[in-house]
Amino acid sequence: MLLTYLPVLIISGFVIFIATFVFIINSIVSPKKPSSEKLSPWECGMEPIGEASSGHFKIHFFIIAILFIVFDVETLFLFPWAVVLRDIGMVAFVEMFIFIAILAVGLIYAWKKGALEWV
Amino acid sequence: MAEQIFFFIFAVLAVGSAIAVVSFKNPVYSVLSLMVCFLQMAALFVMLRSPFLAVVQVFVYVGAVLVLFLFVIMMLDIRKARMDQFITGGNFWAIGLLGILIIEMILIISKSRLTSITVSSELRLDGGVREIGEALFTKYILPFEIVSFILLVALMGAIVLGRKELR
Repeated sequence: MLLTYLPVLIISGFVIFIATFVFIINSIVSPKKPSSEKLSPWECGMEPIGEASSGHFKIHFFIIAILFIVFDVETLFLFPWAVVLRDIGMVAFVEMFIFIAILAVGLIYAWKKGALEWV
Repeated sequence: MAEQIFFFIFAVLAVGSAIAVVSFKNPVYSVLSLMVCFLQMAALFVMLRSPFLAVVQVFVYVGAVLVLFLFVIMMLDIRKARMDQFITGGNFWAIGLLGILIIEMILIISKSRLTSITVSSELRLDGGVREIGEALFTKYILPFEIVSFILLVALMGAIVLGRKELR
């Protein structure tokens, strides 16, 4: 029974193994001769000023993350809905549309307030 | 038997990464350890025969909430917070409370009949998605719709609070 989940475990094990393997091989094999030219970001955008944590981080990322969580949870409720939709019928169908409509109000609000635009 | 071995692997990793969360000095490492902890929790949910909860765990917590945590940590000045202790001289109280908590948990576990519980083999592995759906869309209609209002309030609250920065 639980054996059906063994492939998931094996795949995650492989992913972790490959990721760490690449890191370790990289740190062992790669030559390290740093110089000031090599360490400078050459034509990679703006020169970084300090760390992201020292007040240079925009609050906009936070709003995008909140938007993502809200619609993530909404998607989550669609799974059990899709499974039982045929059994329960029209009631569940209408119910989910009310649910989505209420959240759509939030989406329209965010849109109107310009939260979706990258300023 | 194999199940118990896997349970111990996941449980030890979960507790270990949870300890790592509180012991790392760098909050970003703490968040990454928390991610490991949540993934182990998802594995434990699968072993408890509720794959839907495991999917929720990965989907919401690992996928979304931890990203939010990372952003919040980025917005706070972590290098300042990293230097400060929570309470000066708070270690004594923390260790005392930890001792009380350990004694309490040992008492509860020894009094309960956890060891005599056997998992019935009739449990199915579709994770009760059908049961959850049926309960959610027949019996608990109102709470389900209230969830959408709570999500709406969270969304609008975040936008209102962040609007000063937006414009």
